[in-house]
Amino acid sequence: MQPSPDMVCCPVCDALHCFPADPDPGERARCVRCRTVLANGKDQAILHIVVLAATALVLMTIVVFYPFLELRNGVFDSRASVFETVMSFSEGVMAPLSIAVAAFVIVLPIARLSLLIWALGPLSVDREPWPGAARALRWAEILKPWAMAEIFMVGVAVALVKLADLATLSMGPAFWSFAAIVIITALKDTQMSKHSVWTALDTAKTR
Amino acid sequence: MDGTGHGQDPLGAHTLTAREAGLVGCRHCTRVCAATDERCPRCGGKLVSRDPGALQRVWAWWVAGVLLFIPANLYPMLITSTVGRASEATIVGGVIELMHYGAYAVAGIVFFASVMIPVGKFVAIAYLAVLVQRGHRTKPSHLLHLFEFVEWIGRWSMIDVFVVAILVALVQFDLIATINPGIAAVCFALSVVFTMLSALSFDSRAIWDRIETLSDD
Repeated sequence: MQPSPDMVCCPVCDALHCFPADPDPGERARCVRCRTVLANGKDQAILHIVVLAATALVLMTIVVFYPFLELRNGVFDSRASVFETVMSFSEGVMAPLSIAVAAFVIVLPIARLSLLIWALGPLSVDREPWPGAARALRWAEILKPWAMAEIFMVGVAVALVKLADLATLSMGPAFWSFAAIVIITALKDTQMSKHSVWTALDTAKTR
Repeated sequence: MDGTGHGQDPLGAHTLTAREAGLVGCRHCTRVCAATDERCPRCGGKLVSRDPGALQRVWAWWVAGVLLFIPANLYPMLITSTVGRASEATIVGGVIELMHYGAYAVAGIVFFASVMIPVGKFVAIAYLAVLVQRGHRTKPSHLLHLFEFVEWIGRWSMIDVFVVAILVALVQFDLIATINPGIAAVCFALSVVFTMLSALSFDSRAIWDRIETLSDD
């Protein structure tokens, strides 16, 4: 059998499918064997992905440097930005952990958003893709499980409860932008389907 | 075994896979490529039809994760010093402390994320790896759901590490109160990362491979 561009292979169970065209808007194509969603018939999915990724990226810059939690109890006053949080392990044997937390909470989410914009940005305005678009898109998918911004949010909530009787806590601007990023990222991921995004990149290249 | 699954493809029916067709499917971009290709012509990803070393890697990361989970629970996660008095809290100790505050829901979340999920993951990955190694008669869709659940929930164990980081950053008032991280934070973070790598090394296609060799016999 010869491989053809119409063929789609389920990445989860290896079943072969033949898709001459994308599904109609609002419909989804699923793998016949394991029911994994293979293609998403969504209008302007690429544009949505790029806009959401760009929004999250802008919010991210606010998050990193503005204080996101403030602790007060009359005697003392303390503020922490996300940047300070990731640096909190930076002494001695804990230093590697500091790097890991920085990677999970700041570096990898930013890298993933930038890669997505690099790969799909030109496509969303009907231009030719930039060089290295395919590699950028592939790496954006590989980084997915390691970008943990939303988990950090739950961590903030738990820390709030732990400190509740020690002092008054208030949320800074960064807290709310972080919350927005989490929601925007979740929205963006619902728009993504591997086959549809890659087909879009293919068509843009040959045009 | 019943074949009353779902959709058009009950268990007995045979689905053609890329491997049987003499092709390789790209797991990064779903494109179908010739078996001789080493890299996908579309996305440049590495093409592997079936990696014989995959299960070994699953077990290697699994063992590393389990081993680190032990010190993560024995040693202190947080070292709190208030006016000269230092107290240490392990993972379970932190949960009990939360319950003293009456925050049962949050205590539940932390207990679930730091104890139940890691232990459940170890059991689930071992169960999947053993079944796939031996061949099995379990419905593949059940195993896949288990695998996808394990893959998705693994990252949430990092909550406790982030909580420690936030507390350490916020509570630094020299003499009045200081919180410092304990060595268990490092062990726990590594344990979570290794278990995630173990789950990522698992090839979900193997779930179907083994069941079809069985039905061919």
